[in-house]
Amino acid sequence: MLNKYLLVLMVVGLFTFAACQSNAAPKEAPTDTAPVEEAQAAPTTSAKTADYPFEIVTSFDQLAPIFNRDSDSTYVINFWATWCKPCVEELPYFEQLHDDFSGEKLKVILVSLDFAKDIDRKLVPFVEEHKLRSEVIALLDGQYNNWIDKVDPEWSGAIPVTVLYNAKERKFIGEQFSGYDELSGLVTDLLKT
Amino acid sequence: MKKGIILAVTLLLGAGVWMAASFTTTEAPPLKVGDVAPAFTLKNVDGKMYPLREIKDANGNTPKGYVVTFTCNTCPYAVMYEDRIQEMHEKLSPMGFPVVAVMPNDIDVKPGDSLDKMKERADDKGFTFKYLIDEKQDVYPMYGASRTPEVFLLTPNDKGQLILRYTGAIDDNAQNADAVTVNYVEKAVKAVMSNQEPSPSKVKAIGCSIKVKK
Repeated sequence: MLNKYLLVLMVVGLFTFAACQSNAAPKEAPTDTAPVEEAQAAPTTSAKTADYPFEIVTSFDQLAPIFNRDSDSTYVINFWATWCKPCVEELPYFEQLHDDFSGEKLKVILVSLDFAKDIDRKLVPFVEEHKLRSEVIALLDGQYNNWIDKVDPEWSGAIPVTVLYNAKERKFIGEQFSGYDELSGLVTDLLKT
Repeated sequence: MKKGIILAVTLLLGAGVWMAASFTTTEAPPLKVGDVAPAFTLKNVDGKMYPLREIKDANGNTPKGYVVTFTCNTCPYAVMYEDRIQEMHEKLSPMGFPVVAVMPNDIDVKPGDSLDKMKERADDKGFTFKYLIDEKQDVYPMYGASRTPEVFLLTPNDKGQLILRYTGAIDDNAQNADAVTVNYVEKAVKAVMSNQEPSPSKVKAIGCSIKVKK
Protein backbone atom coordinates (compact mmCIF):
# COMPACT_ATOMS: atom_id res chain seq x y z
CA MET A 1 0.00 0.00 0.00
CA LEU A 2 2.65 2.46 1.09
CA ASN A 3 4.84 1.37 -1.79
CA LYS A 4 2.14 2.35 -4.20
CA TYR A 5 2.03 5.91 -2.86
CA LEU A 6 5.78 6.14 -2.87
CA LEU A 7 5.72 5.14 -6.51
CA VAL A 8 3.14 7.83 -7.29
CA LEU A 9 5.24 10.31 -5.39
CA MET A 10 8.36 9.36 -7.27
CA VAL A 11 6.68 9.52 -10.65
CA VAL A 12 5.17 12.93 -9.94
CA GLY A 13 8.46 14.06 -8.47
CA LEU A 14 10.28 12.98 -11.56
CA PHE A 15 7.91 14.80 -13.85
CA THR A 16 8.16 17.95 -11.78
CA PHE A 17 11.91 17.57 -11.74
CA ALA A 18 12.02 17.27 -15.49
CA ALA A 19 9.67 20.20 -15.97
CA CYS A 20 11.66 22.44 -13.66
CA GLN A 21 14.86 21.41 -15.32
CA SER A 22 13.74 22.32 -18.76
CA ASN A 23 12.59 25.72 -17.57
CA ALA A 24 15.43 26.52 -15.26
CA ALA A 25 18.37 25.12 -17.17
CA PRO A 26 20.37 27.83 -18.88
CA LYS A 27 20.04 27.59 -22.64
CA GLU A 28 23.65 27.25 -23.48
CA ALA A 29 24.81 27.62 -27.02
CA PRO A 30 25.46 24.35 -28.85
CA THR A 31 28.65 22.69 -27.76
CA ASP A 32 31.34 23.69 -30.14
CA THR A 33 34.33 21.59 -30.98
CA ALA A 34 37.00 24.06 -29.99
CA PRO A 35 36.93 24.44 -26.21
CA VAL A 36 38.02 27.86 -25.09
CA GLU A 37 39.96 26.16 -22.33
CA GLU A 38 42.63 25.25 -24.77
CA ALA A 39 45.67 27.41 -25.07
CA GLN A 40 45.21 30.22 -27.52
CA ALA A 41 47.90 32.37 -29.01
CA ALA A 42 51.49 32.42 -27.86
CA PRO A 43 52.49 35.35 -25.64
CA THR A 44 52.29 38.55 -27.58
CA THR A 45 53.47 40.95 -24.93
CA SER A 46 55.97 40.91 -22.14
CA ALA A 47 54.67 41.05 -18.58
CA LYS A 48 57.20 43.70 -17.66
CA THR A 49 56.93 46.13 -20.51
CA ALA A 50 53.38 45.70 -21.70
CA ASP A 51 50.97 48.54 -21.50
CA TYR A 52 47.88 46.60 -20.55
CA PRO A 53 44.53 47.51 -22.06
CA PHE A 54 42.91 46.92 -18.64
CA GLU A 55 43.56 47.29 -14.93
CA ILE A 56 45.23 44.45 -13.03
CA VAL A 57 44.77 44.14 -9.26
CA THR A 58 46.51 41.62 -7.05
CA SER A 59 44.31 41.94 -3.98
CA PHE A 60 40.53 41.84 -3.64
CA ASP A 61 40.73 44.84 -1.31
CA GLN A 62 41.75 46.93 -4.31
CA LEU A 63 38.65 45.76 -6.15
CA ALA A 64 36.21 45.93 -3.22
CA PRO A 65 35.16 49.59 -3.71
CA ILE A 66 33.42 48.79 -7.00
CA PHE A 67 30.85 46.75 -5.04
CA ASN A 68 29.97 49.63 -2.74
CA ARG A 69 29.83 52.74 -4.84
CA ASP A 70 27.43 55.20 -3.32
CA SER A 71 26.17 56.93 -6.42
CA ASP A 72 23.12 57.26 -8.62
CA SER A 73 24.55 54.77 -11.10
CA THR A 74 23.66 51.12 -11.56
CA TYR A 75 26.53 48.64 -11.66
CA VAL A 76 26.73 45.27 -13.39
CA ILE A 77 29.79 43.32 -12.31
CA ASN A 78 30.46 39.95 -13.93
CA PHE A 79 33.12 37.44 -12.86
CA TRP A 80 34.51 35.48 -15.78
CA ALA A 81 37.67 33.96 -17.27
CA THR A 82 38.83 33.13 -20.78
CA TRP A 83 38.98 29.43 -19.80
CA CYS A 84 35.36 29.40 -18.63
CA LYS A 85 33.16 28.42 -21.55
CA PRO A 86 29.75 29.49 -20.18
CA CYS A 87 31.34 32.80 -19.18
CA VAL A 88 32.65 33.44 -22.68
CA GLU A 89 29.26 32.45 -24.10
CA GLU A 90 27.49 35.17 -22.12
CA LEU A 91 30.05 37.95 -22.62
CA PRO A 92 28.22 39.26 -25.70
CA TYR A 93 25.17 39.97 -23.47
CA PHE A 94 27.27 42.28 -21.32
CA GLU A 95 28.73 43.98 -24.36
CA GLN A 96 25.26 44.49 -25.81
CA LEU A 97 24.10 45.81 -22.45
CA HIS A 98 26.98 48.27 -22.44
CA ASP A 99 25.92 49.50 -25.89
CA ASP A 100 22.13 49.44 -25.48
CA PHE A 101 22.19 51.36 -22.20
CA SER A 102 24.94 53.81 -23.13
CA GLY A 103 22.54 56.70 -22.50
CA GLU A 104 21.75 55.47 -18.97
CA LYS A 105 23.74 55.69 -15.78
CA LEU A 106 24.96 52.13 -16.10
CA LYS A 107 28.45 50.78 -15.60
CA VAL A 108 29.41 47.29 -16.79
CA ILE A 109 32.59 45.79 -15.31
CA LEU A 110 34.00 42.42 -16.37
CA VAL A 111 36.24 41.02 -13.63
CA SER A 112 38.55 38.41 -15.13
CA LEU A 113 39.78 35.58 -12.91
CA ASP A 114 42.34 34.40 -15.43
CA PHE A 115 45.57 33.18 -13.87
CA ALA A 116 48.60 35.44 -13.68
CA LYS A 117 50.44 33.25 -16.18
CA ASP A 118 47.59 33.63 -18.68
CA ILE A 119 47.27 37.43 -18.62
CA ASP A 120 49.69 37.89 -21.50
CA ARG A 121 49.04 34.79 -23.49
CA LYS A 122 45.25 34.56 -23.12
CA LEU A 123 43.52 37.56 -21.57
CA VAL A 124 45.26 40.34 -23.50
CA PRO A 125 44.75 38.63 -26.89
CA PHE A 126 41.13 37.84 -25.97
CA VAL A 127 40.30 41.41 -24.98
CA GLU A 128 41.96 42.76 -28.10
CA GLU A 129 40.52 40.20 -30.47
CA HIS A 130 36.96 40.71 -29.21
CA LYS A 131 37.46 44.48 -28.89
CA LEU A 132 35.69 44.43 -25.52
CA ARG A 133 34.02 47.75 -24.87
CA SER A 134 33.04 47.17 -21.24
CA GLU A 135 35.64 47.86 -18.59
CA VAL A 136 37.81 44.81 -17.83
CA ILE A 137 39.68 44.33 -14.54
CA ALA A 138 41.94 41.33 -13.96
CA LEU A 139 41.85 40.09 -10.36
CA LEU A 140 44.86 37.96 -9.40
CA ASP A 141 44.00 37.29 -5.73
CA GLY A 142 44.29 33.49 -5.33
CA GLN A 143 43.26 33.55 -1.66
CA TYR A 144 39.72 32.87 -2.82
CA ASN A 145 38.27 31.90 0.53
CA ASN A 146 39.16 35.33 1.91
CA TRP A 147 37.02 37.24 -0.55
CA ILE A 148 34.33 35.05 -2.18
CA ASP A 149 31.93 35.71 0.70
CA LYS A 150 32.62 39.45 0.46
CA VAL A 151 31.16 39.42 -3.04
CA ASP A 152 28.20 37.36 -1.85
CA PRO A 153 27.82 34.67 0.83
CA GLU A 154 25.62 32.74 -1.62
CA TRP A 155 28.48 32.38 -4.06
CA SER A 156 30.03 28.90 -4.03
CA GLY A 157 33.01 29.89 -6.15
CA ALA A 158 31.79 28.54 -9.49
CA ILE A 159 31.79 31.03 -12.35
CA PRO A 160 30.16 32.81 -14.07
CA VAL A 161 28.38 34.96 -11.50
CA THR A 162 27.08 38.50 -11.73
CA VAL A 163 26.35 41.20 -9.18
CA LEU A 164 23.91 43.97 -10.13
CA TYR A 165 23.34 46.87 -7.77
CA ASN A 166 22.47 50.47 -7.29
CA ALA A 167 21.80 52.58 -4.22
CA LYS A 168 18.38 50.92 -3.71
CA GLU A 169 18.76 47.28 -4.64
CA ARG A 170 21.27 44.50 -5.05
CA LYS A 171 21.01 41.20 -6.93
CA PHE A 172 23.37 38.24 -7.09
CA ILE A 173 23.01 35.92 -10.08
CA GLY A 174 24.90 32.69 -9.42
CA GLU A 175 24.75 31.21 -12.89
CA GLN A 176 24.98 31.87 -16.59
CA PHE A 177 22.23 34.08 -18.03
CA SER A 178 19.75 32.26 -20.25
CA GLY A 179 19.96 35.06 -22.78
CA TYR A 180 20.33 38.79 -23.27
CA ASP A 181 16.70 39.45 -22.35
CA GLU A 182 17.12 38.03 -18.87
CA LEU A 183 20.08 40.33 -18.20
CA SER A 184 18.59 43.43 -19.79
CA GLY A 185 15.29 42.79 -17.98
CA LEU A 186 17.04 42.80 -14.62
CA VAL A 187 18.90 45.97 -15.50
CA THR A 188 15.74 47.68 -16.74
CA ASP A 189 14.06 46.86 -13.42
CA LEU A 190 17.03 48.18 -11.46
CA LEU A 191 17.11 51.40 -13.44
CA LYS A 192 13.45 51.99 -12.47
CA THR A 193 14.17 51.78 -8.73
CA MET B 1 -10.34 6.15 5.64
CA LYS B 2 -10.64 7.33 2.06
CA LYS B 3 -10.21 10.94 3.12
CA GLY B 4 -7.18 9.94 5.11
CA ILE B 5 -5.64 8.33 2.07
CA ILE B 6 -6.38 11.35 -0.11
CA LEU B 7 -4.82 13.60 2.51
CA ALA B 8 -1.76 11.36 2.73
CA VAL B 9 -1.37 11.31 -1.04
CA THR B 10 -1.78 15.09 -1.22
CA LEU B 11 0.87 15.55 1.43
CA LEU B 12 3.21 13.13 -0.32
CA LEU B 13 2.67 14.87 -3.64
CA GLY B 14 3.30 18.21 -2.00
CA ALA B 15 6.51 16.87 -0.51
CA GLY B 16 7.47 15.47 -3.90
CA VAL B 17 6.95 18.79 -5.62
CA TRP B 18 8.87 20.57 -2.88
CA MET B 19 11.72 18.09 -3.11
CA ALA B 20 11.82 18.28 -6.88
CA ALA B 21 11.84 22.07 -6.70
CA SER B 22 14.62 22.15 -4.15
CA PHE B 23 16.74 19.78 -6.21
CA THR B 24 16.47 21.85 -9.35
CA THR B 25 17.43 25.21 -7.92
CA THR B 26 20.87 26.02 -9.20
CA GLU B 27 21.92 27.02 -5.71
CA ALA B 28 20.87 23.75 -4.08
CA PRO B 29 21.46 24.03 -0.35
CA PRO B 30 24.82 22.34 0.09
CA LEU B 31 25.31 19.79 2.83
CA LYS B 32 26.57 21.49 5.93
CA VAL B 33 29.39 20.18 8.06
CA GLY B 34 27.79 17.80 10.56
CA ASP B 35 25.01 16.73 8.17
CA VAL B 36 24.43 13.10 7.20
CA ALA B 37 25.77 12.57 3.68
CA PRO B 38 23.87 10.18 1.40
CA ALA B 39 25.69 7.09 0.16
CA PHE B 40 25.67 6.40 -3.58
CA THR B 41 26.45 3.73 -6.13
CA LEU B 42 28.10 4.90 -9.34
CA LYS B 43 29.96 3.48 -12.32
CA ASN B 44 33.75 3.56 -12.27
CA VAL B 45 36.08 3.97 -15.26
CA ASP B 46 36.54 0.16 -15.11
CA GLY B 47 32.86 -0.17 -16.07
CA LYS B 48 31.81 -1.64 -12.70
CA MET B 49 29.31 -0.16 -10.27
CA TYR B 50 30.71 0.76 -6.86
CA PRO B 51 28.61 1.43 -3.79
CA LEU B 52 30.52 4.06 -1.81
CA ARG B 53 30.44 1.96 1.34
CA GLU B 54 32.06 -0.99 -0.41
CA ILE B 55 35.12 0.93 -1.56
CA LYS B 56 38.15 -0.10 0.51
CA ASP B 57 41.25 1.81 1.54
CA ALA B 58 44.79 1.04 0.33
CA ASN B 59 45.11 -1.74 2.92
CA GLY B 60 41.93 -3.45 1.79
CA ASN B 61 40.15 -2.33 4.95
CA THR B 62 36.86 -0.56 5.41
CA PRO B 63 37.87 3.12 5.32
CA LYS B 64 37.84 5.42 8.32
CA GLY B 65 36.46 8.01 5.96
CA TYR B 66 36.05 8.99 2.32
CA VAL B 67 37.48 11.96 0.46
CA VAL B 68 34.63 12.39 -2.04
CA THR B 69 36.00 14.74 -4.69
CA PHE B 70 33.84 16.17 -7.49
CA THR B 71 36.16 16.70 -10.41
CA CYS B 72 36.32 16.26 -14.18
CA ASN B 73 38.58 16.11 -17.22
CA THR B 74 37.67 19.43 -18.78
CA CYS B 75 37.76 22.11 -16.10
CA PRO B 76 41.14 23.91 -16.08
CA TYR B 77 41.00 24.06 -12.27
CA ALA B 78 40.33 20.34 -12.04
CA VAL B 79 43.19 19.71 -14.46
CA MET B 80 45.54 21.79 -12.32
CA TYR B 81 44.57 19.59 -9.40
CA GLU B 82 44.55 16.13 -11.02
CA ASP B 83 48.12 15.22 -10.03
CA ARG B 84 47.45 16.51 -6.55
CA ILE B 85 44.29 14.41 -6.28
CA GLN B 86 46.34 11.31 -7.12
CA GLU B 87 49.00 12.32 -4.57
CA MET B 88 46.31 12.94 -1.99
CA HIS B 89 44.93 9.44 -2.57
CA GLU B 90 48.40 7.87 -2.32
CA LYS B 91 48.98 9.64 0.95
CA LEU B 92 45.58 9.36 2.58
CA SER B 93 44.29 5.97 1.41
CA PRO B 94 46.92 4.05 3.43
CA MET B 95 45.76 6.12 6.41
CA GLY B 96 42.20 4.88 5.82
CA PHE B 97 40.88 7.80 3.76
CA PRO B 98 40.66 6.89 0.06
CA VAL B 99 39.79 9.51 -2.52
CA VAL B 100 36.53 8.74 -4.33
CA ALA B 101 36.37 11.00 -7.37
CA VAL B 102 32.97 11.75 -8.95
CA MET B 103 32.59 13.38 -12.37
CA PRO B 104 29.31 15.35 -12.19
CA ASN B 105 29.07 17.03 -15.61
CA ASP B 106 26.54 16.21 -18.29
CA ILE B 107 28.53 14.60 -21.08
CA ASP B 108 26.39 16.05 -23.86
CA VAL B 109 27.42 19.50 -22.66
CA LYS B 110 30.99 18.34 -22.01
CA PRO B 111 31.82 15.45 -24.34
CA GLY B 112 35.36 15.57 -22.97
CA ASP B 113 33.99 14.17 -19.72
CA SER B 114 32.48 10.98 -21.16
CA LEU B 115 33.25 7.69 -19.41
CA ASP B 116 35.63 6.77 -22.25
CA LYS B 117 37.48 10.05 -21.91
CA MET B 118 37.56 9.63 -18.13
CA LYS B 119 39.07 6.18 -18.60
CA GLU B 120 41.67 7.59 -20.99
CA ARG B 121 42.63 10.26 -18.51
CA ALA B 122 42.74 7.79 -15.64
CA ASP B 123 45.01 5.49 -17.67
CA ASP B 124 47.27 8.33 -18.86
CA LYS B 125 47.63 9.73 -15.38
CA GLY B 126 47.74 6.43 -13.57
CA PHE B 127 44.85 7.28 -11.26
CA THR B 128 44.57 4.62 -8.57
CA PHE B 129 41.46 6.10 -6.96
CA LYS B 130 37.96 5.31 -8.11
CA TYR B 131 36.92 7.79 -10.81
CA LEU B 132 33.14 7.48 -10.92
CA ILE B 133 30.60 9.10 -13.21
CA ASP B 134 27.38 10.69 -11.93
CA GLU B 135 25.58 9.67 -15.13
CA LYS B 136 22.09 10.63 -13.96
CA GLN B 137 23.35 13.78 -12.28
CA ASP B 138 21.49 12.81 -9.14
CA VAL B 139 24.40 12.50 -6.72
CA TYR B 140 26.01 15.93 -6.91
CA PRO B 141 22.71 17.74 -6.14
CA MET B 142 22.27 15.64 -2.99
CA TYR B 143 25.62 16.95 -1.83
CA GLY B 144 24.95 20.45 -3.08
CA ALA B 145 28.20 20.33 -5.00
CA SER B 146 28.40 23.28 -7.38
CA ARG B 147 31.84 23.29 -8.89
CA THR B 148 34.85 21.24 -9.86
CA PRO B 149 37.01 20.50 -8.02
CA GLU B 150 35.17 20.34 -4.69
CA VAL B 151 35.87 17.98 -1.79
CA PHE B 152 33.50 16.44 0.77
CA LEU B 153 35.29 14.58 3.60
CA LEU B 154 32.97 12.01 5.17
CA THR B 155 33.43 9.84 8.24
CA PRO B 156 30.99 7.28 9.70
CA ASN B 157 29.41 8.02 13.06
CA ASP B 158 28.59 5.35 15.67
CA LYS B 159 25.27 4.68 13.91
CA GLY B 160 27.14 3.96 10.69
CA GLN B 161 25.88 7.12 8.98
CA LEU B 162 28.35 9.15 6.96
CA ILE B 163 28.85 12.62 8.37
CA LEU B 164 30.27 15.58 6.47
CA ARG B 165 33.36 16.84 8.29
CA TYR B 166 35.00 19.17 5.78
CA THR B 167 33.91 20.69 2.48
CA GLY B 168 35.58 22.83 -0.12
CA ALA B 169 39.02 23.40 -1.58
CA ILE B 170 41.89 20.90 -1.61
CA ASP B 171 44.54 23.48 -0.72
CA ASP B 172 45.22 27.19 -0.83
CA ASN B 173 46.99 27.53 -4.16
CA ALA B 174 45.24 26.31 -7.28
CA GLN B 175 47.83 27.59 -9.71
CA ASN B 176 51.02 26.38 -8.11
CA ALA B 177 51.28 23.15 -6.13
CA ASP B 178 54.74 24.16 -4.95
CA ALA B 179 53.45 27.35 -3.38
CA VAL B 180 50.74 25.68 -1.29
CA THR B 181 50.91 26.70 2.35
CA VAL B 182 47.87 24.82 3.68
CA ASN B 183 46.51 21.49 2.45
CA TYR B 184 43.00 21.75 3.85
CA VAL B 185 41.99 18.14 3.16
CA GLU B 186 45.08 16.66 4.81
CA LYS B 187 44.65 19.00 7.71
CA ALA B 188 41.01 17.94 8.08
CA VAL B 189 41.89 14.23 7.89
CA LYS B 190 44.52 14.66 10.59
CA ALA B 191 41.97 16.50 12.73
CA VAL B 192 39.30 13.79 12.45
CA MET B 193 41.92 11.09 13.12
CA SER B 194 42.64 12.74 16.43
CA ASN B 195 38.92 13.21 17.16
CA GLN B 196 39.01 16.95 16.53
CA GLU B 197 36.69 19.04 14.41
CA PRO B 198 38.53 20.22 11.31
CA SER B 199 39.31 23.92 11.29
CA PRO B 200 38.61 25.37 8.86
CA SER B 201 35.76 23.02 8.02
CA LYS B 202 34.68 24.92 4.91
CA VAL B 203 36.88 26.66 2.36
CA LYS B 204 35.53 28.26 -0.80
CA ALA B 205 37.48 28.45 -4.02
CA ILE B 206 36.93 29.47 -7.61
CA GLY B 207 36.05 26.57 -9.89
CA CYS B 208 34.08 25.57 -12.94
CA SER B 209 30.33 25.37 -12.60
CA ILE B 210 28.97 21.82 -12.86
CA LYS B 211 27.49 21.46 -16.33
CA VAL B 212 23.81 20.58 -16.12
CA LYS B 213 21.90 18.64 -18.78
CA LYS B 214 20.14 20.98 -21.19
